[in-house]
Amino acid sequence: MEYFVQQLINGLTLGSIYGLIAIGYTMVYGIIGMINFAHGDIFMIGAFISLAVFLLLTSVLGFAFLPVVLLIVLIVAMLFTSAWGWTVERLAYRPLRGSFRLAPLITAIGMSIVLQNFVQITQGARVKPLPPQIRGGITVMQGSTEAGTIVVQLSYMQMIIIVTTLVLMTAFTLLIARTSLGRAQRACEQDRKMAALLGVNVDRTISLTFVMGAALAAVAGLMFLLLYGVIDFYIGFLAGVKAFTAAVLGGIGSLPGAMLGGLLIGLIEVFWSGYFTVEYKDVAAFSILAIVLIFLPSGLLGKPEVEKV
Amino acid sequence: MRAAAEPLLSVRGVETYYGNIIALRGVDLEVSRGEIVTMIGANGAGKSTLMMTICGDPKPRSGQILYDGTDITAMPTHEIMQLGIAQSPEGRRIFPRMTVMENLQMGASLVDPNHFEDDLKRVSELFPRLKERLHQRGGTLSGGEQQMLAIARALMGRPKLLLLDEPSLGLAPLIVKQIFETIRELNENEGLTVFLVEQNAFHALKLAHRGYVMVNGNITMSGTGAELLKREEVRAAYLEGGRH
Repeated sequence: MEYFVQQLINGLTLGSIYGLIAIGYTMVYGIIGMINFAHGDIFMIGAFISLAVFLLLTSVLGFAFLPVVLLIVLIVAMLFTSAWGWTVERLAYRPLRGSFRLAPLITAIGMSIVLQNFVQITQGARVKPLPPQIRGGITVMQGSTEAGTIVVQLSYMQMIIIVTTLVLMTAFTLLIARTSLGRAQRACEQDRKMAALLGVNVDRTISLTFVMGAALAAVAGLMFLLLYGVIDFYIGFLAGVKAFTAAVLGGIGSLPGAMLGGLLIGLIEVFWSGYFTVEYKDVAAFSILAIVLIFLPSGLLGKPEVEKV
Repeated sequence: MRAAAEPLLSVRGVETYYGNIIALRGVDLEVSRGEIVTMIGANGAGKSTLMMTICGDPKPRSGQILYDGTDITAMPTHEIMQLGIAQSPEGRRIFPRMTVMENLQMGASLVDPNHFEDDLKRVSELFPRLKERLHQRGGTLSGGEQQMLAIARALMGRPKLLLLDEPSLGLAPLIVKQIFETIRELNENEGLTVFLVEQNAFHALKLAHRGYVMVNGNITMSGTGAELLKREEVRAAYLEGGRH
């Protein structure tokens, strides 16, 4: 029981990170119908920017009060990563709008390689460590087995990740559902031509979608950095594939679906590692995706809409 | 005084292509302030293409479109709409996964939010059916209700020029009558300028002050609504058998 609860906590933490990245995939797919394969690398860039800003603040400028430092890191990382996301869209995808469907997809893969290599060359190929910053936690429960005592820990770091994700998800859902910007985004998603006929600047709305996705990926990048303490130029690939899987599992185009898919992938991975073997955790995650898609081709929460013509 | 004599919309020698296929072969027309002007023509004549070309999507390959003294030929669609043009397009194009309310809010995107309540009240009076369905999704409305919503949505933008593309398409004659009556009221009471494209020539010509006939991307005839209704060619091609 204790072991199960511990795995549950770990799975939710990992799933939150996947969920944050998955939102970027799902929103971009919703609005322009393309898979932004470079999104995982935007997450990686978010982690690098976080690390750079963190080191700048603590080692160079000598700030010591951690909560303030982390808040500044978070904001700066979101801003700069957004700028990256915006630039990628502007340079690589917008010129191809209206071209055949595969063109932006191929460009996205190219962009992913460009970003990885750019970071590899400028930052070096070695892993970048960051010593654990947030230590300690609370004991949720305790139990004893033949093997000894098991303590279920919820670390402060895990709490921060889960709470931040919850807050951001709520804010985001409200933004999409209630504000005029969110409405414009949904309008572009459903009928871009009509949105333009109502005075919506479609290009700007699409850019903002990329900016939002990148901002959330930056948060995920910072969380990843703090949780694992090591990053390199390649972390975006697997995290990106996982988050994309999460988006598809939840129903691509659906915001709550992305979050749910993220949590599920995180849980599957952690439980599989905990109860079976670590080596096959990715196989487990992808197999479940395959099985779900056989029975629910549009994902768990994605609903094919019947439209009246 | 010069401004008053100038038409609100003038289309001069506009040619539009889809790829290499020509859709509009040099169209000239004018719509003055306070007028209802209609364009009739068969399926595929280029009527909807003209509507969309006025709104900047697609862009004409040659010719010029002036609105209220401004050359809008090369402007992006959303900027053209900001000048006070609204369109209820072919196929209605309701946002299916948004509520009726949200569709109307989209229509009011360019308007000062302070006007929203008043404007909402006004379109609810024009189309009481919509009021009952404010929180229903657009995709679940019937065809007639969607048509009403498309017109209401366009009106929420407080346009000076209203473009209506086949508002009667697929609707029951009674609803067509009601919609045309609404257009006439808006024109008479509020001085709204309307450019209406129709296959339903009889009703459209009766409603309009002036009309144009489009055949194969060309304007072949023009005149007052009453004149065109009397013309033998018009009767033969668009009225006999097509009359409700």
